[in-house]
Amino acid sequence: MNTAPKSSFVLSSRHMLGIEKLSYSDIVGLLDLAEEFVLLNRQVEKKTSSLRGRTVINMFFEASTRTQASFELAGKRLGADVMNMSVSSSSIRKGETLIDTAVTLNAMHPDLIVMRHHASGSVELLAQKVDCSVVNAGDGQHEHPTQALLDALTIRRRKGDIGGLTVAICGDILHSRVARSNIILLGALGARVRVIAPSTLLPPDIDRFGVEVFRDMREGLSGVDIVMMLRLQRERMNGSFVPSVQEYFTFFGLDQKKLAYAKPDALVMHPGPMNRGVEIDSSVADGTQSLIREQVEMGVAVRMAVLEALSRNLPNA
Amino acid sequence: MPVDRRDSTPLLLANARIVDPSRDLDFVGDLLIADGVIREAKRGIVSAGVPEGTDVIDCRGKVVAPGLIDMRAFIGEPGAEGRESIASATQAAAAGGVTTIVCQPETEPAIDDPTIVDFIQRRARDTGIVHVYAMAALTKGLKGEEMTEIGLLKAAGAVAFTDGMKSVTNAQVMRRALVYARDFDALVVHHTEDPDLTGEGVMNEGEFASRLGLIGAPKAAETIMLERDMRLVGLTEGRYHAASITCPESLEVLRRAKDAGLRVTASASINHLTLNEIDVGPYRTFFKMSPPLRAEPDRRELVAALAEGLIDVVMSDHNPQDVEVKRLPFAEAAPGAIGIETMLSAGLRLVHNGEVKLATLLRALSTRPAELLGLSGGTLRPGAPADVIVIDPEVPWILDRDTLKSKCRNTPFDEARLQGRVVRTIVTGRTVYEFV
Repeated sequence: MNTAPKSSFVLSSRHMLGIEKLSYSDIVGLLDLAEEFVLLNRQVEKKTSSLRGRTVINMFFEASTRTQASFELAGKRLGADVMNMSVSSSSIRKGETLIDTAVTLNAMHPDLIVMRHHASGSVELLAQKVDCSVVNAGDGQHEHPTQALLDALTIRRRKGDIGGLTVAICGDILHSRVARSNIILLGALGARVRVIAPSTLLPPDIDRFGVEVFRDMREGLSGVDIVMMLRLQRERMNGSFVPSVQEYFTFFGLDQKKLAYAKPDALVMHPGPMNRGVEIDSSVADGTQSLIREQVEMGVAVRMAVLEALSRNLPNA
Repeated sequence: MPVDRRDSTPLLLANARIVDPSRDLDFVGDLLIADGVIREAKRGIVSAGVPEGTDVIDCRGKVVAPGLIDMRAFIGEPGAEGRESIASATQAAAAGGVTTIVCQPETEPAIDDPTIVDFIQRRARDTGIVHVYAMAALTKGLKGEEMTEIGLLKAAGAVAFTDGMKSVTNAQVMRRALVYARDFDALVVHHTEDPDLTGEGVMNEGEFASRLGLIGAPKAAETIMLERDMRLVGLTEGRYHAASITCPESLEVLRRAKDAGLRVTASASINHLTLNEIDVGPYRTFFKMSPPLRAEPDRRELVAALAEGLIDVVMSDHNPQDVEVKRLPFAEAAPGAIGIETMLSAGLRLVHNGEVKLATLLRALSTRPAELLGLSGGTLRPGAPADVIVIDPEVPWILDRDTLKSKCRNTPFDEARLQGRVVRTIVTGRTVYEFV
């Protein structure tokens, strides 16, 4: 067994509901703690015992492979008992079971619940109904805080300071919780944030989020340090938001030609899963500037940091 | 249907500030009620002597006004008595100074048949303590396809025609309904919303919705439908009432129509006059409304329109919803709030803030709806039915939702600091509510 992390950081709130609710010192504290777990995760012996005896329930109302696996691994490496519950949204009568399930689970005395749900605000609703700590693993189109934290950690490790960097977030901003969390987080850390998308995929009043708005990839990518691509759901490419895959890829897909407008040392990120040939060309996704695999690695470390930090606020800790 | 439980004891409301918007009267004096009707309202009846056995109530510092007429309230009878019955709705109404409720047709079955109008009238007579009138469906089954029996429904007692929270999207259906209703001098009340443009929108479109990750409903969805309707009213010369206006763009359309002499009037809900989108806060579903609460500048313009009379009527949009349909993620929760009991107190906020004169508020809550619906209330004229309220305009209080008389608890004013309340509600000369 390895020793517990040295950082004595404690989160200022009981839940991890969104980046919006974190203070600057919360953010930096989590990133610093995550750094320690990155080192741990690269060792042969990857386990600690700081969450030994704790129960973590992963409750996913929306299909997810990587986030769920990442949280599961994070919990296990901290020594917690992890239970995975996948509740397919088709088998439930909308949110009714959300509260019911929450009450049921609460009776089993979990210490942490990690939840993903298709409705914005659902994780906050759950947090009001249970006694344990709650982690938002993505709620509708609202927030996905651990994704933003892992993105920030990835950038920080490669670029040093995030302050002063220019980051372009490209694609389906409208439906993206990743974009919302990243806009808040990167802004808080002093980055200049741009969003690039066709107007149909931009949230109303997005300019009031403190971002620069572009509708043209070449203009928007000019001189940026980081290019963050977002996934575009297939059902949104049939004419409802953009006319076709081909048209979208032509104007907004990231290929080598468009990437050339960014700084020569610009790095490319994607929260996954990727639609190759839709929002990103394979040559870019697998190219030397891509950080996509590193993001996945940072994901486990960040989630360990979040679980660890929240557990320090639990009773009898 | 009017409640008729005349109390033979004459009643004198003495030394009150008497506000009668129907005659532009505002003076300190006495109001005499006998045999269920208003006998006199003037300075100093006391000194002139009152009839033998008159019950004299000192109303010093209080306001005496016509009972309120709530032009848009959902009651669950028939079919959804668990949400609200006529008994519970009229109890809540009495406690809120509402002496007449105009119930909406979205019942189960819908009020699209004269027998259902009759049913509601009989239930109101047997179980209600204030007057209840039915607003009938404009189209059969509220489907927006075929018009209802407007003539027969009106003869049965329906006071206006509406598809409730639904818009009639087919312009041809709307045109025919308007022109047919005109022949019966029937009022068509319409919820103006283009459902395609609203789409899956659940709150006001804008920065706040974007931050919450909720799909917004644009104001244009309301204004576009209202503009279409103004063209149809011009074409048909029908009598039209916009059910719930929420934004300055719609007010402009309304102003143009009124200036052009069209027979058009409009309501605003108490919610849109006193709350805004920020109240939604962390996904509070009691603030989910249809149409959605708008931004603060929109609210202010709506209040200004009320103050100048462009908005004719203030209504509660009373919509009782069970906990089961409210304790859900915001997008999945049912819209609507109860409001019949808190409408006046919430409205008095506008008076205390100096945004609206008391007489203007009371006119929009009583006289105007009576005029539009052809009801005999909304006035303190001698000979009118004694539907009267006594208001303490100054008393401060905090709303506790558990004290409300409605069957549901979905009030947006829980724990709100309010100033002013109804202390006595009189229906046809009989006191049906007294605050002690």
